[in-house]
Amino acid sequence: MLTLDQIPTEKYVKIKNVDGGTWVKQRLQNLGIHVGESIFVKRGTILGGPILVRINNSDVAIGRGMARKIVVSEPENEPKHK
Amino acid sequence: MSQNINSRKNKSSFSDDAQHPQIVLVGQPNCGKSTIFNRVAGYHSVATNFPGATVEFTKSHVKVNGQTCDLVDLPGTYSLQSLDLAEEEAKKFLLTQRIDVIINVIDASILGRSLDLTTELLELELPMVICLNMMDEATRKGVLIQSSKLAELLGLPVIETIGSKGHGIDELFRQAFQTIRSSRQSHHRKMSRHVEKVVQELADYLPDCEKTGHRKNCRLTAIKLIENDPYFQKRFSPGVELKDKVRKCRKKLQTAHGLPAEEVIAAERHSLALGLFEKVAKIGRPQKSWKDWADDVLMHPIFGYIFMALFLYTFFNVIFKFGALIENPILNFFNVQLNQISHYLPKDSFLFNLINGLFQGFAGGIAIVFPYLVPFLLGLAFIEDFGYLPRIAFLMDRFMHKIGLHGPSIVPMILGYGCSVPAVLSTRILSSPRDRFIASVVSVLIPCSARMTIIMGLVGYFIGGTAALGIYLLNLIVIGIVGTVLSRMMPEDIPGMILEMPSYQWPSLRVVVAKTWLRLKDFIVIAWPLLIVGSIILSVAEWYHIDALINRAFSPLTALLGLPAAVGTTLIFGILRKELSMLMLFQALGTTDVSTVLSSGQILVFTLFVVFYIPCLATLGVLLKEIGWRKTLFASGLTIFIAIFISLLGRGFAYLVF
Repeated sequence: MLTLDQIPTEKYVKIKNVDGGTWVKQRLQNLGIHVGESIFVKRGTILGGPILVRINNSDVAIGRGMARKIVVSEPENEPKHK
Repeated sequence: MSQNINSRKNKSSFSDDAQHPQIVLVGQPNCGKSTIFNRVAGYHSVATNFPGATVEFTKSHVKVNGQTCDLVDLPGTYSLQSLDLAEEEAKKFLLTQRIDVIINVIDASILGRSLDLTTELLELELPMVICLNMMDEATRKGVLIQSSKLAELLGLPVIETIGSKGHGIDELFRQAFQTIRSSRQSHHRKMSRHVEKVVQELADYLPDCEKTGHRKNCRLTAIKLIENDPYFQKRFSPGVELKDKVRKCRKKLQTAHGLPAEEVIAAERHSLALGLFEKVAKIGRPQKSWKDWADDVLMHPIFGYIFMALFLYTFFNVIFKFGALIENPILNFFNVQLNQISHYLPKDSFLFNLINGLFQGFAGGIAIVFPYLVPFLLGLAFIEDFGYLPRIAFLMDRFMHKIGLHGPSIVPMILGYGCSVPAVLSTRILSSPRDRFIASVVSVLIPCSARMTIIMGLVGYFIGGTAALGIYLLNLIVIGIVGTVLSRMMPEDIPGMILEMPSYQWPSLRVVVAKTWLRLKDFIVIAWPLLIVGSIILSVAEWYHIDALINRAFSPLTALLGLPAAVGTTLIFGILRKELSMLMLFQALGTTDVSTVLSSGQILVFTLFVVFYIPCLATLGVLLKEIGWRKTLFASGLTIFIAIFISLLGRGFAYLVF
């Protein structure tokens, strides 16, 4: 199972599932991170730091603990159409 | 993350409230709400903000286009689910207060996501106007919006604005007043048929939601109960029968859609928002600008840290240099005035002591506020509005993890170098109570500008700059240890940070000044009066020679630390105001050249103790308000323990070195 914290920089992934409680899910949805969306990993985690993703025109930083709960598809170089 | 720090309780001072329409700005964080608020409120009146206990929003009595209204700036909220304190405030206000029209402010460049909140606001069925703000940013990002189409679909006025330049604001308020006059309600968007059916079923069943006052909106109440919204559950307190009905409705949604009921509703709202977005917006080619490559440097895994270190070093250096430059003339001015008075009043008279106390308290406040706090807060508001603080939080996240916190907790710590009062207040941006507690304790341990004057004035002046810097480093180590210990004691309750990185913006001077003023008010309203009163009380105590008693009471401590008994009183002064302990030290020892009376080691020990022990009275006040008396008591005890421990270490160190 691939999670967001394992994705290298400059790749596109599609969110398959969020493995967390209501709080986590709502927080992520609030910032536009919904299951099925395609997101661009601008900066992967380095030494346990947060990861920076771009989703629908906004940049969102996600702590590594949180990123570990986000199940994603295989990374791609081009965005899959939504 | 920045927008919540300034929210304030409002005690409306307008008795004729009912005559003025109430216009409420609602929007997601960083959508430019406050810019619009300050643009309008800044023009015509002084905002009526009071720091207070529970309700946190900014309200101002304003005149726009010749019409008066009460304008409310709610804390930014992503949804009405209230995942943190600020969001809860916004929700509470929307559900309980009188609202004549909502202005839903949207950052047009992220319209897709923002419409989620809009759909939720529509469920309130209140009169509403949509403000598409930051249109320039949207154009830059290649988001092309047909606002007339959006207006048509929602049945609401949609106005394009650029808040930072003031474009479209007049029209926005014209439409808002127009909407109030026509008292046109907004209408909810229909969710998919099955969900609507279940919602309606519960709504029909609700016995008397008319009476509970939730906007007499049975549909809203039904949705919220299905979502298991704690606020509605508490306010509505459903009986056994209703609870059972809610459970059945939830079950129905869950079986039909294969998701928990609240997720079904969330998905419905999102698809409504997405549907709207696809009908009204097109994504074109974004224009290239410096904002794109700025992050490549500022958030770079190596250069990002180098820049941050250089930036913070320069930032604090400039403030300290500037502060030192004007602090002395200010203090001198007051000393001259006091001398003048001593020509007319004998120095040992009761009245002179009283005036002396008043002067010391007054002057101490000014000597801290103007030289250090004003430039610090101005600079902070600038980097905040520019959008650099979230980047610092991003860079510091992994280090904050070492002390069991997350990136955003760096904000109270940075603020702590200015004044502990706004630092503690800023912990509200953190979503978990545990993080708020740890960050509060850690940020009061940080030497504020008052304690900085002691470090510089005693250790820096009499021992040397390196020693002063050493205290700052020691402080960071202590904070690291305290943070680690506290976070081990309290289990983590949220899995990590999730933080939006807003686009960089050139700050508007007006907003920067307004923000600075709001934070300065915390100091002026809470701290300064305490300083003045405390200072007077101690002067009087001194006149009655109570200080000898205090010194005796403190003698075990002063003896333990190897300090003269005369410094006992100064420690009491330090609780009132940290920098007073230095002024009082001069008074207690009868000289400003402390080195003639105290050894270098004693100066070091005294400074260490004062830097670490009990936060000042004003800080205790906000701590009490933010974390409750038990935890405040704990924090005070902890700081005394740390202060004694560190001072003893300092004594040992001095014994070996000096």
